[in-house]
Amino acid sequence: MIKIVVLIKQVPDTRNIGKDAMKSDGTVNRAELPAIFNPEDLNALEVALSIKDIVPNVEVTAITMGPVRAAEVLREALYRGADQAVLVTDRKFAGADTLATSHTLSLAIKKIGNVDLVIGGRQAIDGDTAQVGPQIAEKLNIPQITYAEEIVEVSENKIRIKRRLERGIEVVEVLFPCLITVHSSAAPCRFKNAKRVMKYKKACTISELQDDKKESDTDNNLIIEEWNAADLEAYPDSLGLAGSPTKVKKIDNVVLLQKESRIITSSEKEIQSLIQELSKEHIL
Amino acid sequence: MKNYYTDNPALKFQLSHPVMEKIVALKERQYRDYKQYDDAPENFEDAIDNYNRVLEIVGEISAEVLALNAAEVDNEGPKIVNNEIIYAEGTQKDHEALKNAGLYGMSLPRAYSGLNFAYVPFVMAAEIVSRGDTAFANIWGLQDCAETLHEFASEEIKQEFLPRINQGDTCSMDLTEPDAGSDLQAVQLKATWDENANCWRLNGVKRFITNADADIKLVLARSEEGTADGRGLSYFVYDRKHKAVTIRRIENKLGIKGSPTGELVFNNAPAQLVGERRLGLIKYVMSLMNGARLGVAAQAVGLSEAAYREAHSYALQREQFGKKIVQFPQVYEMIANIRAKTDASRALLYETTRFVDIYKALIFIAQERPLTLDEKNEMKQYQKFADVFTPLLKLFATEYCNQNCYEAIQIFGGSGYMKDYPMERMYRDARITNIYEGTSQLQVIAAIRGVGNGLFLSKIKEYEGVEIDSKLIHLKEKLMIMTAQYLTSVAKFETTSEEYDFHARRMVEMAGYIILGYLLLIDACRCDSFRNSAEIFIAYGQAENSRSAAFIHNFDTGLIEKYR
Repeated sequence: MIKIVVLIKQVPDTRNIGKDAMKSDGTVNRAELPAIFNPEDLNALEVALSIKDIVPNVEVTAITMGPVRAAEVLREALYRGADQAVLVTDRKFAGADTLATSHTLSLAIKKIGNVDLVIGGRQAIDGDTAQVGPQIAEKLNIPQITYAEEIVEVSENKIRIKRRLERGIEVVEVLFPCLITVHSSAAPCRFKNAKRVMKYKKACTISELQDDKKESDTDNNLIIEEWNAADLEAYPDSLGLAGSPTKVKKIDNVVLLQKESRIITSSEKEIQSLIQELSKEHIL
Repeated sequence: MKNYYTDNPALKFQLSHPVMEKIVALKERQYRDYKQYDDAPENFEDAIDNYNRVLEIVGEISAEVLALNAAEVDNEGPKIVNNEIIYAEGTQKDHEALKNAGLYGMSLPRAYSGLNFAYVPFVMAAEIVSRGDTAFANIWGLQDCAETLHEFASEEIKQEFLPRINQGDTCSMDLTEPDAGSDLQAVQLKATWDENANCWRLNGVKRFITNADADIKLVLARSEEGTADGRGLSYFVYDRKHKAVTIRRIENKLGIKGSPTGELVFNNAPAQLVGERRLGLIKYVMSLMNGARLGVAAQAVGLSEAAYREAHSYALQREQFGKKIVQFPQVYEMIANIRAKTDASRALLYETTRFVDIYKALIFIAQERPLTLDEKNEMKQYQKFADVFTPLLKLFATEYCNQNCYEAIQIFGGSGYMKDYPMERMYRDARITNIYEGTSQLQVIAAIRGVGNGLFLSKIKEYEGVEIDSKLIHLKEKLMIMTAQYLTSVAKFETTSEEYDFHARRMVEMAGYIILGYLLLIDACRCDSFRNSAEIFIAYGQAENSRSAAFIHNFDTGLIEKYR
């Protein structure tokens, strides 16, 4: 059996931000932005599910680190085809930078055990660091393929991947176990499946059951696994804020003023000069 | 992400109709599947939540896949390769997306891998799919054929065919022949019993068959040698795997070009009998057609909605004479009329669907246990209403769809005539809706019974008894005046006279305007957003009915001779 873990993250939707998106202290105003499935993690889930389509005997586990409400993206992964899901949650994980996050997630992956493939999105649209995937690979001491766009070939013990690079494409092959981060140019994720939605909408974590005072629906095996710091046998010093060497020194609030705008006429000359300017500034 | 379900609150509004609780309880048999299937609902709220969630998937796929492929599909169309129909590339993607999302077999029981949805959400899905791509709505919508198998076929046939629907096998209903169109009693395709092979053999030609190369075909054929009318026809199911049908050609059509319409030759094709011999046309096809008419009405309403959205957004941004064109009275009248006609069609679509839901659910319950006397009466009552409301619905929804697309092109002006915009495609797609599954003229013939036997009037009286918001009482007064006028017009001619048949459409439409007016008025009492449409539609209907009443009133004896 091929065991695949898909790393997903619930993020604030930074694609359609309004004026209240940031608080005055420069942090993201999460209450104002809808929480969504990180877009490139959807591409990653699709890569995992498409392997399941091609190779027999594949098990896909979706995993996320976050607060209890992050179980919502795990349910969505189940709606789209993941076999099971794990929520890694604990107050001790709060305030984690990429180092602490990758440490925690790598412990969770070890706990799952015998994982052949770890697949995640290239980066999340809130932090945009693209560091968590590669750091997990280092901690697990397995090879990594970043910027993956397409599976060229996959078998029971190896995979050949097309990478989307800045100036072209590269095809690489790697033996399992390995870690893959997926680029947004990869195939979009499949839609939710009607029957899976009707089934897994009832799936929840122990914390959610306690919050809602619902009775556990163990008959249907609809419990989403929930692991805390103790379950992962982690050292408290390496978790959350304590385990995060990244410190925010200063945040600048960039305010775009209308006086900075310029009017370009539709003449050939002005358009050409604008293109040159944007290209020089690496905006285009 | 665009979503054709969540962007249209009128749909969710229909799911909140008070009768839904009864419908869902009947369909779910008091939620008995809950313990057995992990996707079955526990109670009414759970079922409605399921409908909502699944319709959200339909809405997303329709907006993000179907609508984006529609122009290319229209341009490319299907083709025949080695006696197989190959869908346009976009059609294949549409089908894959809906299949993988598990959106085939929506109304079938869970035991046959279906979703066991009531008709209301199923028809709603059809409306949404049609708004994405009207041509594709045929391929998806023909899953309704499975309902006929479910209702009439043996358990063996059901086990063989029904679970395949959810896996994405498509269906077709093969009725029409070169010499049997509206008059299906003239069907000639021959069915003979093959003793050696222990199956029926089909031989002959079928024409204008939608989704001609479907995996599962329902075929109307003459099984009784020497007969010439409908009583010699039986109903068969044919499996594509036998490869005993030649596809002679794909028709080159005005619209719905993505939906392959073909001419077929059955060459000794093995088939199984569905239900009993001789009941093919008189029982099974009639049932199938009622379902199909509901489907075409849903298709028309979805297309009307699409046309409205296109025309409205164009009129909001197009400027002429220094103004947005939406500000000109002649333009905003057209837009408001499209809105009102679409809302009215939708109100009738779901009212009719609710009737169908109740009587069909009771039919299936009757297959398991004897119905109580009350249930029997209820089933008969709802079936009677469904039988006259279905043709009324198809008449109004499809004629309005044509009018709406026509007006929407007008709002676009010259641009609407060009292939750069989707309006011309929608206009072409609209044209078939009032032709297939029974022309408007045939719908009038079916619906006139509701005028003659007083069924329409009894519904009108029932609606009259609904409590109306005091702010809208003036609309009810108008509808009551229209009802009196309708009764006068209907009484003018003997029901057996040729004049009665001649004016049938006018009389059916008069009843229709009153019924549609009441439905919109009742909706407006439940939700403010329908008020404008109720006001506009009732004003429009009153004028239309006055015109028909005047024509009937002034129609002199002997004038009919001049028309012959």
